[in-house]
Amino acid sequence: MTVEFDSGSPKFGEYAHPGRLVTGDWLEQRLGQPGLVVVESDEDVLLYETGHIPGAVKVDWHTELNDPVVRDYVDGAGFAALLSRKGISRDDTIVVYGDKNNWWAAYALWVFSLFGHEDVRLLDGGRDRWIAEGRPLTTDVPAPAPTDYPVVERDDSTLRAYRDDVLAHLGKPLIDVRSPEEYTGARTTAPAYPEEGALRAGHIPTAQNVPWARAVAEDGTFKPRAELEAIYLGEAGLKPGDDVVAYCRIGERSSHTWFVLQHLLGFENARNYDGSWTEWGSAVRVPIVAGAEPGAIPA
Amino acid sequence: MSTTSLPASLAGIRDEFLELPENERLQLLLEFSQELPAIPAALQDRADLYERVAECQSPVYIFVEVDAGSLVHMHATAPAEAPTTRGFASILAQGLEGLTAEEALSVPDDYPQSIGLTRVVSPLRIAGMTGMLLRAKRQIREKTAS
Repeated sequence: MTVEFDSGSPKFGEYAHPGRLVTGDWLEQRLGQPGLVVVESDEDVLLYETGHIPGAVKVDWHTELNDPVVRDYVDGAGFAALLSRKGISRDDTIVVYGDKNNWWAAYALWVFSLFGHEDVRLLDGGRDRWIAEGRPLTTDVPAPAPTDYPVVERDDSTLRAYRDDVLAHLGKPLIDVRSPEEYTGARTTAPAYPEEGALRAGHIPTAQNVPWARAVAEDGTFKPRAELEAIYLGEAGLKPGDDVVAYCRIGERSSHTWFVLQHLLGFENARNYDGSWTEWGSAVRVPIVAGAEPGAIPA
Repeated sequence: MSTTSLPASLAGIRDEFLELPENERLQLLLEFSQELPAIPAALQDRADLYERVAECQSPVYIFVEVDAGSLVHMHATAPAEAPTTRGFASILAQGLEGLTAEEALSVPDDYPQSIGLTRVVSPLRIAGMTGMLLRAKRQIREKTAS
């Protein structure tokens, strides 16, 4: 950790890892502080150009975090090159924020975590709240001095689940964070989202449906811990210490839920299945359940 | 409509993008997004006329008008928080403006892939612009079918 945690928020203090979130106040007071890098990561690749937090650099998941050929993330060398180019050092504190209640910001945070970048935090409420609070924006694009970020191999065994991991996991908790329409099999894409290709509709047997946005309060910030526990432990039936896998359609909405499970509720064994429905719903002979009930594991 | 030919307006826009180095093309797309014309007053309360472009991630609606002289006018609305989508709509609205229906229908379906943005915005995002173009052409076809 380079920059002290945001300890001013009683809400954060109740979370399992309070240091993973910062408020707009905290961030605005520290803009430009050495050792702190602000990263914007959005669904819309041009939104950053319309105005961003002063000094923030942009990281785009499509064009920068994904491998351009294989369906995978960049490798250790690619990640090192990316972060060096953005002027980020291995021991920097990174604060990520973005549009859509931090969907893509949480996705970036998860990918950074696969490479073991230790101190990555989210701006609670994301881009919309920063703007709603009347905080500064600029269209000046910073030109950071390149750093020498080390090549660290990605660890895919701890925070990431592959299809075979999920098959082996059946019987332990799964959280499907998609919309009810996608969960039941009425459709394969998020409402009002483009078709990204899945040949079958439904959900992974036994998965509980907790749409990702349920973790978010009306003002776009994360709900307090007690409310999150009522949803994930109460309704979805998770038990502290559970080994839990979250999935969605391509792994971005479930990164948001993964963040909630891992960092706000303290599920140390939470993983994100980034293959998600676009893989599972097209894979041959994997079990699928259609309808509103979680269903049973096939014998 | 089996033949395709690119109208000068759209060819000009394509060349504007291709003349720029890749890393400056986003800035031009941003300029297009800022130029998306507002919906004409007469059409502002006519949400019923507009078709949602489902291929785009952001809510964008288009309405293509074929006037009495058989000339095409495309109107689009998309939120300010979706500048990429606004930029796509603006390129098509400007590029199709005032073409004859026949000229507009001859625009190649893969025009969005030819303007040098696929790598900078990603293939998945450019697919949204293709969806927009195909829907615009379908509307023109419906409105000129007699």
